[in-house]
Amino acid sequence: MKSALGGAQDIVLRLSGITKRFGALTANDAISFDLHRGEVIALLGENGAGKTTLMNILFGQYTADAGGVEVFGAPLPPGNPRAALAAGLGMVHQHFTLADNLTVLENIQLGTRPLWRAGLGQAAARVKLAGLAADFGLVVNPDALVGSLTVGARQRVEILKALYRDARILILDEPTAVLTPQDSDALFDTLRRAVATGLSIIFISHKMHEVMALSSRVLVLRHGRLVGDVATATTDRARLAAMMVGAEVAAPKVAPAMPGPAVLTLRDVSTRTIGAAPGLQGVQLALRAGQITGLAGVSGNGQAALSDLISGLVEPQSGVMEPAITPWSPRAAVAAGIARIPEDRHKTGTIADFSLTENAILETYTGAPYSHRGLMNWRAAEAQTRHLIATYDVRCPGPNGPIRQLSGGNMQKLILGRVLDQSPRIILANQPVRGLDIGAIAYVHGRLLAARDAGAAVLLISEDLDEIMGLSDVVHVMSEGRLSPEFGRGQMTAAQLGLWMAGQGFDHAA
Amino acid sequence: MSALFDILMTASFWAAAIRIASPLIFATMGELICERAGVLNLGIEGIMVIGAFSGWMAVYLGMGLWGGVFVAMLAGMLFGLLHATLTVPFGLSQHVVGLGVTLLATSTSYFAYRLILPQVTSPPRIEPFLPLEIPYLVDIPLLGPALFAQTALTYLAFATVVATAIILYRTPLGLAIRAAGENPQAVAAQGLSVTGLRMGAVIVGSGLMAVGGAFLTLSAFSSFFFEMVNGRGWICIALVVFGAWRPGKALLGALLFASFDALQIRMQQTPIGQVIPYQVFLMAPYILSILALIVMSRRATVPAALMVPFNKGER
Amino acid sequence: MRLEPIANPGLARSLGFPAAALLATVFIASALAGLAGANPLATLGLILKGAAGSKFALLETLNRATPLIFTGLAIAVAFRAKLWNIGAEAQLYAGAVVTVILGTSALSGMGGFAVPFVALGALVAGALVLLGPVMLKTRLGVDEVVTTLLLNFIMLLLVSYLLEGPMKDPAGMGWPKSAPLDRALRLPRIVEGLRLHWGFGLALIAAAAVWFVQKRTTLGYEMRAVGLNPQAARFAGIPVNVVLVKTALLSGGLAALAGFSEVAGLKGHLSLDLSPGFGYTGIIVAMLALLHPLGVVITAIFVAGIFVGADSMSRAADVPTYIADMLLATALLLMVLAIGLTKFRVVRG
Repeated sequence: MKSALGGAQDIVLRLSGITKRFGALTANDAISFDLHRGEVIALLGENGAGKTTLMNILFGQYTADAGGVEVFGAPLPPGNPRAALAAGLGMVHQHFTLADNLTVLENIQLGTRPLWRAGLGQAAARVKLAGLAADFGLVVNPDALVGSLTVGARQRVEILKALYRDARILILDEPTAVLTPQDSDALFDTLRRAVATGLSIIFISHKMHEVMALSSRVLVLRHGRLVGDVATATTDRARLAAMMVGAEVAAPKVAPAMPGPAVLTLRDVSTRTIGAAPGLQGVQLALRAGQITGLAGVSGNGQAALSDLISGLVEPQSGVMEPAITPWSPRAAVAAGIARIPEDRHKTGTIADFSLTENAILETYTGAPYSHRGLMNWRAAEAQTRHLIATYDVRCPGPNGPIRQLSGGNMQKLILGRVLDQSPRIILANQPVRGLDIGAIAYVHGRLLAARDAGAAVLLISEDLDEIMGLSDVVHVMSEGRLSPEFGRGQMTAAQLGLWMAGQGFDHAA
Repeated sequence: MSALFDILMTASFWAAAIRIASPLIFATMGELICERAGVLNLGIEGIMVIGAFSGWMAVYLGMGLWGGVFVAMLAGMLFGLLHATLTVPFGLSQHVVGLGVTLLATSTSYFAYRLILPQVTSPPRIEPFLPLEIPYLVDIPLLGPALFAQTALTYLAFATVVATAIILYRTPLGLAIRAAGENPQAVAAQGLSVTGLRMGAVIVGSGLMAVGGAFLTLSAFSSFFFEMVNGRGWICIALVVFGAWRPGKALLGALLFASFDALQIRMQQTPIGQVIPYQVFLMAPYILSILALIVMSRRATVPAALMVPFNKGER
Repeated sequence: MRLEPIANPGLARSLGFPAAALLATVFIASALAGLAGANPLATLGLILKGAAGSKFALLETLNRATPLIFTGLAIAVAFRAKLWNIGAEAQLYAGAVVTVILGTSALSGMGGFAVPFVALGALVAGALVLLGPVMLKTRLGVDEVVTTLLLNFIMLLLVSYLLEGPMKDPAGMGWPKSAPLDRALRLPRIVEGLRLHWGFGLALIAAAAVWFVQKRTTLGYEMRAVGLNPQAARFAGIPVNVVLVKTALLSGGLAALAGFSEVAGLKGHLSLDLSPGFGYTGIIVAMLALLHPLGVVITAIFVAGIFVGADSMSRAADVPTYIADMLLATALLLMVLAIGLTKFRVVRG
């Protein structure tokens, strides 16, 4: 989708020299660019390049240390979210800013009327909402609780929030990160319609094919600086990737797998549904040694249930899991040789106020040499942590500093180290590279591949279909707690997998 | 059991129940507003004490009764401001700050009381609110004398419930407050100030709590004495849970609870009361509150961001 | 305005803010004294003199500190695991009741050797009282703040009933108090002739024991993990509910020892006014000590000094004793703020 570029006229948004520092870190360094009416700009950069900070400055959540913003020719008061909204900026956040216990209508109406008014004006709001839904193809039920909606529906509500406020400039942060390919197509269609009505769009992404397909211009950020401002038609993936990282990026070389026997099997396993998260529905799965099994699917379709099961947090309600260990618990899972890399390293993987040492022995502290008869041996624990720091390239001040000081990548390396050091037979990697920069991503993927080559069975759960398709030897798709049959490497295209992700293949198979 | 029936069929019983419920209604609404915005206010017990004391003191020093209510409200709002400043912009532990506010407000009341009346053994009385009969309605059998011969402050308590419900569910302000307690990021994304909403809710809620305390001195007991509030604040926290954070249900909870309290007072005069020690009767309110919490523990939908501090830009 | 976490606070900041908090408290104390019409400096001087100005005063302070060390430890242990034990008052009285029951029973035949058993009985009683709310928390998700608080009122009424009924002292001239403990089961004085009893020594030992558990044992490590991030702890395999139960037993037991110490060491019998709020004051002691067990000893002595000094001062001057309570509540709030400011700074935009 390439729209006609506007000229010097019709500049709807102008950033001049935006700079923002957090302590010693310069998140944005003198960034300047223009957005023209009807343009679609892609803001490209790896994690930590400064994209989201820039958007937060636009929206007044942060105040820039230097530089200014003009919207439709008028200066934008900094640090003022209301002013940004009033000027016509609309943001669709990566982590949806929606209240689950309120309805769609309530979420959209929030903050749109002065607080001192007496009534909510719901009747008029419904009419306006219906009009927007029709114009842009965004169908939602205004009275549904947001907590009951699918991820795709929630994003529609996020977009409607912006359109309801008469946004003229739409900014979307990683909009397709959690969507199926089909939902992504629907989104692109919506964006096309928006541009046709005169909106201008900036979207943040790290997915090359999206950038090439959607945008008319690409801005590349690296380490807080704007290093590239090119028309999409004049560039290609390789050049963009080079600008993003500052060097040639080689695709990971994945040697063919030599799978061994199954080390973990699920036969017709079901687990309980908890709240909005579906439980497993009769899942058949076999993890083989020396093989990476990828699990694709939109988040919220049972990945958490499967991960919790294998991690030891829940037991199967019906069906058989082999090895069958009762009672099943996280400790039993660890004892069975399962290495667990949790989805959220901040909430579940580490304890922020603990030191690296205290975090390193979280799973192993009950045994020798870290404790004996209830007394801790901190010297042994510290020695082990030093070993992990050296072996897994964890950049840190030392083993006894608080782990919250580490970057995401280094935290993930420590987590990786503490589980891989136990020579596990099975590795559960749940979103292992989410939020990491390219260097850390490559490191983690390298370690997982090395573990596979050494004979471990790896279960890779990820929302990023590219990651799944690139790394996995076999692929399953998860949808509403059901697991698809196994597909070999290269057997299915992204679009075909997308159909399974949307639930279609399951109905035929049943 | 016929003794029980006899008690329940008198208007004076129900009138007493509503009287006992009134301070609970004010304080429960106050706590409900705080928690809906996402802040647990454990200062409630102390704020009720300072409300009781300052309201009484204002009247003792010559102000009118409504002046006393106003002064109590201001005192509550002041301590609410203290609580809100520490917990909202600074994000300090709501548990510890709340307990600290309770201790400070209580000790301030006792200190000030001893300053004004150093030598007194029996607390001086003031002229309390008198019952205000509503003509025609008061003549309805049983319900009339029970509901419509209450003091003006009690009528205000019921009006507060209605006002809270309307504001929470039918105004943009109420929507914003509820959203602040569900997902403050959503509120910030829509250009509203989470800090302002939460602080405002705590300040207003604390004012209501203090008015609930003032009811005890200006209407129920006509004087101030130590240990007056006696755990009512904590009971109101249980009532908020019991009411599933909804004003109407919380009102019913308060009435139910007060009925049991009125009942146990009267049961002490019956034959059963001669057998069972009076302490058991006095324990009943507290035990009931614990039971209420247990019953509601699985069902209620807690405001999702209750006790979660909000820091701008945190993702 | 927003908060930015500070990576390395540095000594100046870590000490400076708490020091400023204490200084501000002293200033507020002076202001309150002035409000009461007394000379601020003279009032502070009287408080200090009353707390530590003579051998008698110092011993009185240490006596008063003893139950505060126990309840302070109880709350420090609980709060570290994010267990909001506000029911130390009830646990204290439970310990006191069991102390009297065992202390006036046939156990007295064993003489002094029975004392540890009495202490153990008290400890178990306190542990059980806290166990109830904690089981409600782990099984049903009922918040323990309100349940432990309400138990305080219930327990006080229970003690009132016991003292007016089954446990009433027949030789007590009608006053609601219990029979006195057998002489053999009383805690002896630390030094003959001085008022300080072995409860104080026991408190110091308890503080050292808690410190050891927290720093050196697996249980201490587990309690800290559960307090800081129960989700991560559970994922790693730490049995969170078991840890909470163990924490409850430890915390409730410590609070009950305060009751044991007061009955067996100081008073010799149980009456309704045994505790002027030691359970609640323990919260202040624990928070001022930043939940550190050895710090609890210091802050307990400090807090006890303030109360003892204020008592003595108010007999001499016209300032109500409640100045002590106001002072300490202010100190608590200021200290919480000071600790916060050492961890983050307030930044514009």
